Amino acid sequence: MSMIGFLILFPFVVAILMALMKKGSLLRRYTLYLGAAIIIVCDIVFAVSTLLNGQELHFLEETHAIDHVILVGEWLLVALVCFYSFKFRKYYCALLSVVQTGAVTWLELTGKTELCPGSAHIMVDHLTIIMCLIVGVVGGLIVLYAMGYMRLYAKHHTDVPDRRSFFFAVLFVFLGAMHGLIFSDNMLWIYFFWEITSVCSFLLIGYSQTEEATNNSFRALWMNLLGGLGFAVAIIYATLQLSTVSLQSLIHIAIGGDEAAALALVPVAFLAFAGLTKSAQMPFSRWLLGAMVAPTPTSALLHSATMVKAGVYLLLRLGPAMTGNQAGLMITLIGGFTFFAASCLAIAQSDGKKVLAYSTISNLGLITACAGIGTQEAIWSGIFLMIFHAVSKSLLFLTVGAIENSTGSRNVEDMHGLIVRLPNLAYVCIVGIMGMFLAPFGMLVAKWAALISFVDSRNVLLMAFLCFGSATTLFYWGKWLCTIIAVSNQTKKIKDKTKKMQWVVLGSLAAGVILLCITFPLISSYVVEPYLADVFETGATNIIGLGNTYLLIMMVCLLLLLPLISRILGGKREVKLDLSYMGGINEGDNRTFTDSFGEAKEMYLSNWYITEWFGEDKMLGKSLILSAAVMVVLLVMIVGGVIL
Amino acid sequence: MTFFSWPLAIGYLILAPFIGGFFDGLDRKISARMQGRTGPSVFQSFYDVSKLLQKESKMVNHLQQFLVCGFLVFVVFTGVLFFAGADLLMIFFALTLAGIFYVLQASSANAPFSALAVQRELMQMMAYEPMVLLTAVGFYVVTGSFAVREISLADRSAICLMPGFFLGFIFIMIIKLRKSPFDVSTGHHAHQEVVQGLNSDLSGPVMALVEVSHWYENVFLYGVIGLFILNNQLWSVPVALVVCFLVFFLEILIDNVCARVKWQLMFRSTWIFTIIAGVINLLVLILFHLGVK
Repeated sequence: MSMIGFLILFPFVVAILMALMKKGSLLRRYTLYLGAAIIIVCDIVFAVSTLLNGQELHFLEETHAIDHVILVGEWLLVALVCFYSFKFRKYYCALLSVVQTGAVTWLELTGKTELCPGSAHIMVDHLTIIMCLIVGVVGGLIVLYAMGYMRLYAKHHTDVPDRRSFFFAVLFVFLGAMHGLIFSDNMLWIYFFWEITSVCSFLLIGYSQTEEATNNSFRALWMNLLGGLGFAVAIIYATLQLSTVSLQSLIHIAIGGDEAAALALVPVAFLAFAGLTKSAQMPFSRWLLGAMVAPTPTSALLHSATMVKAGVYLLLRLGPAMTGNQAGLMITLIGGFTFFAASCLAIAQSDGKKVLAYSTISNLGLITACAGIGTQEAIWSGIFLMIFHAVSKSLLFLTVGAIENSTGSRNVEDMHGLIVRLPNLAYVCIVGIMGMFLAPFGMLVAKWAALISFVDSRNVLLMAFLCFGSATTLFYWGKWLCTIIAVSNQTKKIKDKTKKMQWVVLGSLAAGVILLCITFPLISSYVVEPYLADVFETGATNIIGLGNTYLLIMMVCLLLLLPLISRILGGKREVKLDLSYMGGINEGDNRTFTDSFGEAKEMYLSNWYITEWFGEDKMLGKSLILSAAVMVVLLVMIVGGVIL
Repeated sequence: MTFFSWPLAIGYLILAPFIGGFFDGLDRKISARMQGRTGPSVFQSFYDVSKLLQKESKMVNHLQQFLVCGFLVFVVFTGVLFFAGADLLMIFFALTLAGIFYVLQASSANAPFSALAVQRELMQMMAYEPMVLLTAVGFYVVTGSFAVREISLADRSAICLMPGFFLGFIFIMIIKLRKSPFDVSTGHHAHQEVVQGLNSDLSGPVMALVEVSHWYENVFLYGVIGLFILNNQLWSVPVALVVCFLVFFLEILIDNVCARVKWQLMFRSTWIFTIIAGVINLLVLILFHLGVK
């Protein structure tokens, strides 16, 4: 218990320290390193020790004092939101915040939110442990990386006021809130931490205080506050109609299948709605795209370890309660559609961070769809998608950030020939990209399991979304991979400005991507399957199968042996380098050709973006309207079905 | 009884280049006859490859050989897994990896015709990938397993319940075999606007490796066609072989009667055909509870 308290509170303490420290001091740097390292180590120790003890933990049944503190905290958040809303004249955010917090406060003051005997505020099961590792280890690594990155960022962006202490403080608050969110079972507590993450992401997105950043941060705020409103409605409904504020008991009631289960559909649907906003599913995807104006560590944190993962975490928890009902239908339709539409939209993007953002939305769509299916296999794939995505995506974001620091651009076009210019960054980038879509790497394995679970649940629409979405995914990643690997002649290496600590982070994440594809059977049998066995009360099954696992490991080995095989197949023959083919008008350096005036002209090779089909102006509006319509219709059906 | 086992896989490993090369030659011969020419000997492909092997090893950069080897290794891996009776999805994923290596090889050359072909090849992969995945799903729904060995042991040939998938797969085979009207990323004839497409910057022994890889790949692809026909009776084997040959002939016919189309038409028609043939067939299977799953 003390360990959990420490994990939740320690980041807040470090945050306060960071906020108080002097700009650019050595002390600040080492406090940050130490703080992040302690979080990483504690999370690993906690996960391992809990796994070895092998039991579910429940804590804190009586918590009046803490409840009051949380209530005060909620109003502090409201005050903060109101302050910014009035400052920037975005009054609707203040309204949203006051309404939902007011409603929840009223509920608490009536005293109906006492937990029924036997249930606890804090709960630890295997899913918590997985989340703990994602938040602590991946999140901690991103914070470690942030220090070096922000130094260069401040150097390049002299127009942006240097508020680094504030920035680092918010990062730590974020980690603390995420820990609180995953350990809590009382929905009021989850709601409190949920709101903190919304406000934190608002503050981080608005870091540069430009007009674009401010607008985007308010977009993120109102969308997430809307989700918070859904959360509040769910809590109020659950308390008044089902007299429970425990997430676990709500799920149990929903699975129950009696009259109460029909009532539980409403809070489940509203919680799922909150999950959709936070995990940036269509029609709420635009806040995550706007978030890329922030410094890269923010994006990495939002996309991989925190924020959006909070959304899918909630959805995966709710998964069993959504099997075969309308809430499940809503979530699977929106998730499946988002997977397909976002992967199409990614094709037309050339900004590296935007491609990554659409890819995140797309992959979260797949996790969401898995949660909506809610069967054992589906949840298995959802959890693995979440794990693999967290590691690969954080690696990619941080690599793109490092590339931007060295080359001054994060455009995919400008990464042409990266393998010659910045070979080391190119290698980690290749690992990250391969990790996102190719066998034998993790994401593909999880996608494979997802496909099987969709077939088993006989959902043809989802199968079609997955097959077509995988194809478009292949296109945009393939394009990027090809750009990096182009060996442009006579290009010089450029100076890699990545700091040592940043390399430590990039290296460990890249190693993580590769190690995960060898160790995922172990994670499956020691962590994920026990969780599923608890939830579904049946024997766990291995979806991929032992034989296929061996084949995957064999593929990894083949990849690693490939340089050797290539040498053997190449024989002892001497290789002569020759000019590339340019229709006979190569000027002799592979870079210029003879034009129609007989003069040398520089060649420029570009990628294909097919904006006439997949451009944002062609697809985005329609997709948002369609998904919003699906969501509204199904929510109305759910609420109407219970009330009438 | 099933033929899909490790001995067959080893047989594939050794014999596939010979079978693939022979049929490649036959392809050229039949094409020539359709065009009213005599055509080269059926063994011409072997002569070509042996000639390539004797040539000087010239490359645009040192990465090319590595990436071409990746293509060869994973194509062979794909085929070996298939004939050993492994999981069909796993096999298709390995094939995708091989395909990516092939594309990367061309991309690393950083040359105009190769770069053009890279984008077109990725477009082709995007076009055929849904049908490939759906085919695996179809087999699973009909026979209850993704394992090639189990699928080939079904009581009834899979094609009885999945004719749409069969047609869809033949359709995408046009792309995979690089046949007209869909050969937008590589040209087999020197006068085409993409020159040799993905192979534009390859020559000598490395080019020979690419040719051999294609032979392996083609034998595997016809194996999938055969899988639609095979069941647990012995007579299904000769029938499967005959069907494979008919498809082989059909692909040559299509190649010779169609002019190359633009990529837009290639992409649209493939996805539309995938929906009409594949998704609708799947919908019927699921709605009427046909098949095991």
